[in-house]
Amino acid sequence: MTHALTDDAVTKDGCAIRASGVGRVFAGTKGHQVIALDDVHLEVAEGEFVSLIGPSGCGKSTLLRIVADLDHPTSGSLTVFGKSTHQARVDQDYGIAFQQAGLLPWRTVAANVGLPLEVHGVARSDRQTRVEELLELVGLTDFARSYPDQLSGGMQQRVAIARALAESPRLLLMDEPFGALDEITRERMQAELVRICSETGAAVLFVTHSIPEAVFLSDRVVVMTPRPGRIIEIVDSRPTAGHARDDEFRDAEEFFHTIARVRELLHGGPVAAARGVETR
Amino acid sequence: MSLAATERAEATLRMRPLRDARFTTLLAPALLGVATIGLWQLVVDVFNIDAFIVPSPQSIWSEFLDSRSSIWHGMLGTGRNALYGLLIGAALGILGALVANAVKVIDLMAVPIVAALSVVPIVALAPVLYTMFGAAANTARVIVAALTVIIPVYVNTLRGLRQVKVVHRELMHVYAARPVFVARAVTLPTASPYVFTGLRIASSLAVISALIAEYFGGPVDGLGKAITTAASSSNYPLAWAYVLGSILLGLAFYVVTLLVELRVARHSSPSTSTVSL
Ligand SMILES: Nc1ncnc2c1ncn2[C@@H]1O[C@H](COP(=O)(O)OP(=O)(O)OP(=O)(O)O)[C@@H](O)[C@H]1O
Ligand SMILES: [Mg+2]
Repeated sequence: MTHALTDDAVTKDGCAIRASGVGRVFAGTKGHQVIALDDVHLEVAEGEFVSLIGPSGCGKSTLLRIVADLDHPTSGSLTVFGKSTHQARVDQDYGIAFQQAGLLPWRTVAANVGLPLEVHGVARSDRQTRVEELLELVGLTDFARSYPDQLSGGMQQRVAIARALAESPRLLLMDEPFGALDEITRERMQAELVRICSETGAAVLFVTHSIPEAVFLSDRVVVMTPRPGRIIEIVDSRPTAGHARDDEFRDAEEFFHTIARVRELLHGGPVAAARGVETR
Repeated sequence: MSLAATERAEATLRMRPLRDARFTTLLAPALLGVATIGLWQLVVDVFNIDAFIVPSPQSIWSEFLDSRSSIWHGMLGTGRNALYGLLIGAALGILGALVANAVKVIDLMAVPIVAALSVVPIVALAPVLYTMFGAAANTARVIVAALTVIIPVYVNTLRGLRQVKVVHRELMHVYAARPVFVARAVTLPTASPYVFTGLRIASSLAVISALIAEYFGGPVDGLGKAITTAASSSNYPLAWAYVLGSILLGLAFYVVTLLVELRVARHSSPSTSTVSL
């Protein structure tokens, strides 16, 4: 993913996301406070793929929502392409895929994919061409005229991903987008995502519960811990020079090595027999 | 039927394609109807029951055929009042719900008014309205119909507007979509099954209240007036023939709203529920 740095649209600091000292405290019941995020420092370079991993409740979604301007930090600051999150949202600098597909049930698959284009006033004919491209990409061309309730959960999720990609955003925010997919589709979608990212040079902030998924997709894996939500360590998971991110990489020694490293961090100590135990 | 049972019946009706639903939704009730009428005829014949207690289906039917032009005329008269009432009431109900959904204070202020209106038997206002608008005009009847329609349409629409899913709202927020786009693309489609549920309840209510309002006065061009006139001149089969006309009118209103609903709201969420009052 080297060509990301030569992208035309490099911002002044070269950062897609820059979080410095971000904290988010929720006022819980009876004055009890939940520290969802505490002192999070993270920089995601343009074109870089960064995964967030950690046990449930460690603030992964919260961080992603703050980037998307759906929530606000209670301390620290966060910028997207050097702008405030509000400005980045108004400028449509990112695409987003939630854990739920969140399709509009009264619209066809094609109309769902074209929704962001429609919101931003793209002409009908341009919209059609783009939607066809996107459906081709996620392998749903034959379902363009179907309605979401006629699709399986995994297919719906693919529609949602196509929708997130509609405006070729420079930044993709994805919250467990493959959680609902079966293993085979999941690996295919992962390969697709790798391809899309290298083609478009988009930066990605990706939330997942799957260690191999994080390691396979990412340049860096951010390992987090709950209560309070903090970053423990950031693991470099870029394949060494000469290796591509393909199915062979899934069997490579360094892949398992990185998986073991991430798992160790998540379990708070070395874990025996990491290799080959969990391959998801 | 209890509310829960109605909901369940509606859910199954909605999820199956229309042609699959044909046997159970059309044939079964039709058989029951035929059986009931047959039994009715038998009881009247066997026990020699007087017409002022209950006339036989046969005599009602022949009276219906003989007077079909005046019954048709009555259906038009009552139907027109009911239709105007339905349209005006529905427009006001939907508009009110949109406003109440947008402005929290208005929603809160409306709660006691809605509660009051839903317990007042609105036809009881008819005599007062006749004196206000004159007994020669149909205005009072249209107003009565409109007032009965407003409440179920308002309540159901408001409930529908609140069903917008968080993920859809957040998606629109992320797209920085304009309020008009959000209403058109998300809010109204979400609410539409609920609006139609309200309209379906309201369509029958409109006919009933327009008809009952005729019992209290006004011009003589409707079914309600015709029923009272026939009954007071002891022509019971004719009175029942007019009742049959009213049933047909009520059914026509219901079926037309249902058909419009099936056309418009085909792919909205299947879990629609009813608020009836
Ligand atoms: N709106 C909210 N109000 C109160 N507390 C919240 C809210 N949203 C999140 N939290 C709390 O913040 C913490 C982090 O939540 P978050 O959803 O970010 O976790 P997560 O890492 O995404 O978990 P998961 O992997 O289960 O999705 C949790 O303890 C949660 O209870
Ligand atoms: Mg989450």
